[in-house]
Amino acid sequence: MTDATVSEAELEAVRRPRRWHIAVFLLPALVVYSAVMILPLFETLRLSLFNTVDGQSTFVGLANFKTLFGDARWASDFWNALKNNFIFFAIHMLVQNPIGIALAALLSVPKLRGAAFYRTAIFLPTLLSFVIVGFIWKLILSPIWGVSPYLMDVVGLKSLFAPWLGRPGSALIAVSLISVWQYVGIPMMLIYAALLSIPEEVIEAAECDGVTGWAQFFKIKLPLILPAIGIISILTFVGNFNAFDLVYTVQGALAGPDGSTDILGTLLYRTFFGFQLQLGDRSMGATIATVMFLIILAGVSLYLFVIQRRIRRYQF
Amino acid sequence: MSKARTSLSRTAFVHAALIAYTLIAVFPVFLTIINSFKNRNAIFRNPMQVPTPATFDLVGYHTVLGQGDFALYFQNSLIVTIVSIFLVLLFGAMAAFALSEYRFRGNTLMGLYLALGIMIPIRLGTVAILQGMVATGLVNTLTALILVYTAQGLPLAVFILSEFMRTVSDDLKNAGRIDGLSEYSIFFRLVLPLVRPAMATVAVFTMIPIWNDLWFPLILAPGEANKTVTLGSQIFIGQFVTNWNAVLAALSLAILPVLVLYLAFSRQLIRGITSGAVK
Repeated sequence: MTDATVSEAELEAVRRPRRWHIAVFLLPALVVYSAVMILPLFETLRLSLFNTVDGQSTFVGLANFKTLFGDARWASDFWNALKNNFIFFAIHMLVQNPIGIALAALLSVPKLRGAAFYRTAIFLPTLLSFVIVGFIWKLILSPIWGVSPYLMDVVGLKSLFAPWLGRPGSALIAVSLISVWQYVGIPMMLIYAALLSIPEEVIEAAECDGVTGWAQFFKIKLPLILPAIGIISILTFVGNFNAFDLVYTVQGALAGPDGSTDILGTLLYRTFFGFQLQLGDRSMGATIATVMFLIILAGVSLYLFVIQRRIRRYQF
Repeated sequence: MSKARTSLSRTAFVHAALIAYTLIAVFPVFLTIINSFKNRNAIFRNPMQVPTPATFDLVGYHTVLGQGDFALYFQNSLIVTIVSIFLVLLFGAMAAFALSEYRFRGNTLMGLYLALGIMIPIRLGTVAILQGMVATGLVNTLTALILVYTAQGLPLAVFILSEFMRTVSDDLKNAGRIDGLSEYSIFFRLVLPLVRPAMATVAVFTMIPIWNDLWFPLILAPGEANKTVTLGSQIFIGQFVTNWNAVLAALSLAILPVLVLYLAFSRQLIRGITSGAVK
């Protein structure tokens, strides 16, 4: 922090006596953050280039990645987890965020009674731990208990019931929807805040021009809240490609049935830590973590350097 | 938005939609809690019914409190969460003060460096974190969890708090300097009390992911003496899968503290989220 080039404005600061208090204020945060977060992150990236050869840790270049992407033992698991992770993300983008936006739009209807109550109730699941959420839904969707068949019978759809969590074809969708149920409160809140910050004059001007109701939402409000939609999209992306807990509690570390709910987080856990007969593999764990890091980095960069700059912002 | 038309049918539609979603959000929690107070037969025969004197039964709670060491798990979770929040707030506020108050070389760079962690999840460094904890002998201690959660919470704390500290009046701080206060007293006695609302927001944001985390307790502190509530209930429920009374009671016990805290602080929490997002 001290060896950057000196600019004119900062020259003045240099002439003053050494200001130790700045270092004292910064140091604790810097030490903990660097030692526990940044260094391990880079160490993990570095470890992905090493593997154990004859009991010795040896530099192997990109061989681990080659194994992960192409080796018969690894590749099918990896590509399966990656594909599932993209489906997981797509379901969140297509279901969670539109529902969140719709709820926020309803909540921001002027002079709505009980808005605080609805807000509080709908946000509740977001605070529950994955363990609670996972098991509650496991029980509800369980054919043994019969709550879901009963409820579907009420609306006349009983014939459609199936043990969704137990079927390879529907398990991933079911788990994704549980996660949507849990997290819909976050886009709702962020969009709600963005809607509230639209100045009244804009809405009044729209009403004077006869733009009301649906048209008002899609033509006036939606363009104004696009930055907030950008933020919820990137939050969803980072959260989804880092997810682990819900799949682990609902389907276990093997992410069954038959690996159909395996995402990168669960694959990393099994690979690094080992599970049942599989031994933990540090190098391959680091390799998967590196791939996850690169995916998240690519998403965040795309957002920061492309999407965020293209979104038109309005200053009020 | 004063001129908005409030036609009756539109309001009715809005309420109907919101009530419908509220039911979806709350129903699973409600269902779990009512069934945890019923006997086994009633759970299966009439899952929708609230407990009546005939079906009321606390057998699930007896099993949970008798078998699982939930008091210990709860204590571990409390220690980890409270100490981590304290450290995040203290270290985060100090760093935020340095970044927002003083001009020094590398200030912007330092801000960016500390902000990296907002977007990149700490979980990705797990392989090396575990290695480091093994090397320092911290594996299977609460200290390991506290360190990880402190590092995890700092980036967002520094970011939010430095935004708020920029709004503290310079005149006030300069008046303090003229009165001979040291930079440390200015921070602790003038600035900290003024950013208390922001600290509350940061505390809530930091608390939820720490309390609910399963990944790090599972990897860094799986030992019986150091289990957190989240990990403890995960393992307990895993063992008692077929004992529905016990599972439902354990779930209800895990929901309870969150529910109580949420109902007490929901206003503050929601205000925190909405005010932070407006920027």
